[in-house]
Amino acid sequence: MNNTEIVKQSLKRRYAREKRFQLYGRCAVLVGFVFLALLLTDIVVKALPAFSVTEIRLDVDVSREALELPVEGRLDRDAIIAVNFGGVIKKSLREAFPDVTKRKQKRELYRLVSSGAEFALQAMLVNNPDLIGDQPLRIWFKADDDVDTLYKLDTRTSRISDLQLGIIEQLRASDSIRTVFNTTLFTASDSREPEQAGIRGALLGSFWTLLVTLIVSLPVGIAAAIYLEEFAPKNRITDFIEININNLAAVPSIVFGLLGLAVFINFFGMPRSAPLVGGLVLALMTLPTIIISSRAAIKSVPPSIKEAALGVGASHMQVVFHHTLPLAMPGILTGSIIGMAQALGETAPLLMIGMVAFIVDVPGGIFDSATVLPVQIYLWSDSPERAFTALTAATILVLLGFLVVMNAIAIYLRRRFERRW
Amino acid sequence: MQTTTLVIVIAGLSLISYYTGRTRAQAYRLDGRLLALPNQYGYLTAMWSALPAIILLLAWLAFEPGYLNDQVIANLPAAAQQLPTEELALLVNNVLLAVGNGGLSPDPVIEDAAAAYLAAREQSRMLVTGLILLLCLSGIIFSLTRYLTRLHARKRVETVIRWFLMLCSGVAIVTTVGIVLSVLFEAIRFFESVPILDFMFGTTWSPQTAIRADQVGSSGSFGAIPLFAGTMLISLIAMTIAVPVGLLTAIYLAEYASPRFRSAAKPTLEILAGIPTVVYGFFAALTVAPFIRDLGTSLGLSVASESALAAGIVMGVMIIPFVSSLSDDVITAVPQAMRDGSLALGATQSETIKQVIIPAALPGIVGGVLLAASRAIGETMIVVMAAGLAARLTANPLDAVTTVTVQIVTLLTGDQEFDSPKTLAAFALGLMLFVSTLLLNVVALHIVRKYREQYE
Repeated sequence: MNNTEIVKQSLKRRYAREKRFQLYGRCAVLVGFVFLALLLTDIVVKALPAFSVTEIRLDVDVSREALELPVEGRLDRDAIIAVNFGGVIKKSLREAFPDVTKRKQKRELYRLVSSGAEFALQAMLVNNPDLIGDQPLRIWFKADDDVDTLYKLDTRTSRISDLQLGIIEQLRASDSIRTVFNTTLFTASDSREPEQAGIRGALLGSFWTLLVTLIVSLPVGIAAAIYLEEFAPKNRITDFIEININNLAAVPSIVFGLLGLAVFINFFGMPRSAPLVGGLVLALMTLPTIIISSRAAIKSVPPSIKEAALGVGASHMQVVFHHTLPLAMPGILTGSIIGMAQALGETAPLLMIGMVAFIVDVPGGIFDSATVLPVQIYLWSDSPERAFTALTAATILVLLGFLVVMNAIAIYLRRRFERRW
Repeated sequence: MQTTTLVIVIAGLSLISYYTGRTRAQAYRLDGRLLALPNQYGYLTAMWSALPAIILLLAWLAFEPGYLNDQVIANLPAAAQQLPTEELALLVNNVLLAVGNGGLSPDPVIEDAAAAYLAAREQSRMLVTGLILLLCLSGIIFSLTRYLTRLHARKRVETVIRWFLMLCSGVAIVTTVGIVLSVLFEAIRFFESVPILDFMFGTTWSPQTAIRADQVGSSGSFGAIPLFAGTMLISLIAMTIAVPVGLLTAIYLAEYASPRFRSAAKPTLEILAGIPTVVYGFFAALTVAPFIRDLGTSLGLSVASESALAAGIVMGVMIIPFVSSLSDDVITAVPQAMRDGSLALGATQSETIKQVIIPAALPGIVGGVLLAASRAIGETMIVVMAAGLAARLTANPLDAVTTVTVQIVTLLTGDQEFDSPKTLAAFALGLMLFVSTLLLNVVALHIVRKYREQYE
């Protein structure tokens, strides 16, 4: 048997191996795709319930007698605020279901409606005192989260009693229960009650934090990139700076949190939980990303342009600021937006500096206590209530939406302004 | 005056000084005796007025809270000053709360202290405002009184800008030094109360220390071996998924896929790298972990609900694009001539890949894998949400284990005073984490860089 025949005999095996290897490659790519699809569908499916909320219709007696307000004369604001609206709602519940008499059963009845209902009624009447009168009002109140879960998902949580189940059936029969779009998700801040919780506080917290990050990291990052690319002499110090930047890009984010805790909070005495500190920590974290991408952008500006400017008498600094930087700007901005997107999704370092607190107020500035979107996700994912799972997933969708928008802008900038020299 | 007002004042003054400087220079220019363009003189004047003021403002912003705290403590009654540190901190906190309330408090001591705080703040603000105005104005006057014709304004301005650029690039060094110092300093304090050998080689981890001296049973033990083992276990699971999948993906996309498929598949996979880790954590904790537990139970295995496997798998998926894009870079960097040579000798494409391209790209791939490993070790959110809290020394991926990062988070997010060994332990763990990832990164970057030099 000569060599040709040996080769020919082995060919079949070798081709089979070739096919197999290609198949492995295809499978690997597929694994990535499948996981991505699974992840996204899982989150979308989990998030959907959070965008609607169950409401229960009640006829509320808002006559002055029922509200225990003075029968005659003008009503002042404070008097309306002081009304026991919780009692009013309980009364209308009792009237709607007169056959509920036992004390324990009554308590179950009251639990059908969200504990925020009285504040909704209060706000309604305070803002519009003309509604107070002998005409009873038909109002849709938010249901408690267990009722919400039962009605929307047909899943009975352990806290729903048989009596409540029966009442909900009655409500359903009389068209007094419905689901509507959940606006609370975007108008309210964190709450212990899932049906009253929203992401407005976290959104604004993220906004303030990213604002600080942007203001600090963008100028510093660009300046550092300009120095390293255009002015730095080739020496040990420059090398050391470069090694540092490359290493910082790979330091675990939680270590930056430790830095923030030890330096900004304990040494400089900055306020805990504030977007200022969070923003500074994230700025230090995104700095390497911005520096590296800015350097690449500056490097890609052709030397002919710089030399032409130098040739007509511009100083080195003028060349950089009048020619190199404007031409490199699209690339720099693309890198910065991607860095900002990373900062928006970062959680771990913010846990270290106390941005995990339960905060109901909407932060009004960079010194207020705040939380951010990813931390809100972390906090809610820990909550035992089933309804919080949906809220968490919905928050994730909002966060991913922002990230998609930011990356789309970055891609657009790159496509629109990128020049091949 | 408020900080924002001060900033606006400084900006306004420097704008005015820019125009005054420029106008004055323009007047000289009519004689043709200037060395630089008039607006450079404007910039120089503006710098003189703004820079010292800005530096002062930053220093004040950094040190004011600490100074005010000291003032509050100094103004407290002597009895209160003798309190232990943590009670004193609580008291100061109450004072600050009262200040936020407009200085009102039921406790007269706190109300007095709040009044003193407000007075001190008022004083320091007045002082700083005055100093800043003084600096601005004297800067303007100084630069305006200089003899313009012999002053090369542009060179001065450019020197200042150059220094600014240099300082900015120094931020990287400052950050590294800051990380090292803050972590090292607290870690050393920790090792004063817990011997370093007990920490490095101890096998029990239960950081519960007694809050009061009379409590029993919880002196705390800080043996970090179970944490290291847990971190290694989860990282290992992650790497077993990420390395083969990522590498094969890179090979397929670089060598087999059509350009169209490649240009669509690459960005799609990069999405995986852009998803925040907290989202992966949610997915791991609420979907993958229950799925694995149910699967295990139906197979008759006992699986912990926070199994290392779930966290590891999800972490592996997160790292796939990292491995694949790094490997893709090195594989495409292998010269075409090597491929052509191998194919011309009759090797099939897969043989070329396995016997020529991979060996040639190996250093770069190893570097990428090491970088991915360092990322797996330092990853926090997935393990915080999906891995357990109890430190257990086990190699069973179905058990719950805890990691270094999980412990750092749990030690530092509770409510406790800052000086207890419990919180200091977090910094010791942080030091370990920093050092190990740093080593991995340095080695990886070195390998990658060395490899690049071969073909360029």
